[in-house]
Amino acid sequence: MEDPSHRPDPVFDSPWHAQVFALVVHLNERGLFTWPDWVARFSSALRQAGLSQALNGGDDYFAVWLDTLEQVMLEQGLAGVEDLTDMKRAWERAYVQTPHGDPVHLEDPS
Amino acid sequence: MPHDTSDPQQPPHSHLPSDPSLRVKALETILTRKGLIDPAALDEIIDTYENRIGPQNGARVVARAWADAAFRTALLEDADPVLAQMGFNGRQGEHVVVVENTPERHNMVVCTLCSCYPWPLLGIPPGWYKSDAYRARAVREPRKVLSEFGVALPEGTAVRVWDSTAEVRYLVLPMRPAGTDHWSEDQLMRLVSRDSMIGTALARRPDTGGVAGQEGAE
Repeated sequence: MEDPSHRPDPVFDSPWHAQVFALVVHLNERGLFTWPDWVARFSSALRQAGLSQALNGGDDYFAVWLDTLEQVMLEQGLAGVEDLTDMKRAWERAYVQTPHGDPVHLEDPS
Repeated sequence: MPHDTSDPQQPPHSHLPSDPSLRVKALETILTRKGLIDPAALDEIIDTYENRIGPQNGARVVARAWADAAFRTALLEDADPVLAQMGFNGRQGEHVVVVENTPERHNMVVCTLCSCYPWPLLGIPPGWYKSDAYRARAVREPRKVLSEFGVALPEGTAVRVWDSTAEVRYLVLPMRPAGTDHWSEDQLMRLVSRDSMIGTALARRPDTGGVAGQEGAE
């Protein structure tokens, strides 16, 4: 194992890691789930993910964090699979339709 | 479907973010529209962890424990009220236990389940702390892992590995390096690396004076 203490680590490697981390912390603080519940769900998902490949603690770690959050939101009836797919497509369209350099905005909800 | 942003036939549009990035955006939009989250609060959380919370908090605690015997005793007995007084409260209501390194015992922290970590004291854990390799091996072969971090302990020093949970997080109080008798708290802080508070390094020696890369050297 390489000694990583010789270089400064960025806190989050990608902006989406920070976003999904903050979402979970915020939803916990808003009382949508307790922290021990989150840890139980997340660690179980992490164990499942680690069965098929060795996780390096970077992108793959936060991918499990995101999968778990989506699953919890689905179970609580707050965001269904279709809602998520539709909203993701809406964001894709917004990016594709926005000229490079302009701020990307989602079309207004119909 | 992903779009090929490099296709010269297509007009130049905004760079399409990665799949997980779009999924996070989708979740965030849905939850915001339902009034369940406040985007400003998300920004505040990210700013806190990127800029305001980090190993400097834990280093302050360690340096004070080295410099102030009464503080050290209180910290080892019951860390929560001591840390609360310093403003280092856990957001998730977790308890912090401080474990002290001695010539007889070296402490090392892991979270075998996931990546529980004393956020208010050390910030967000580094990638290796979250990796399967560290989580699996820290318990099984701690001395080997330590040696890979450059830490060689005397034979008479036992290694104790602490497994963090959602409720209890650990902070290692490293041994104070010799030759620092009259150092101030601020000077001492420079000897305390993040890894020394996880237990995968020792405190820096005073002759290296806080130069990065020297922790772990015997």
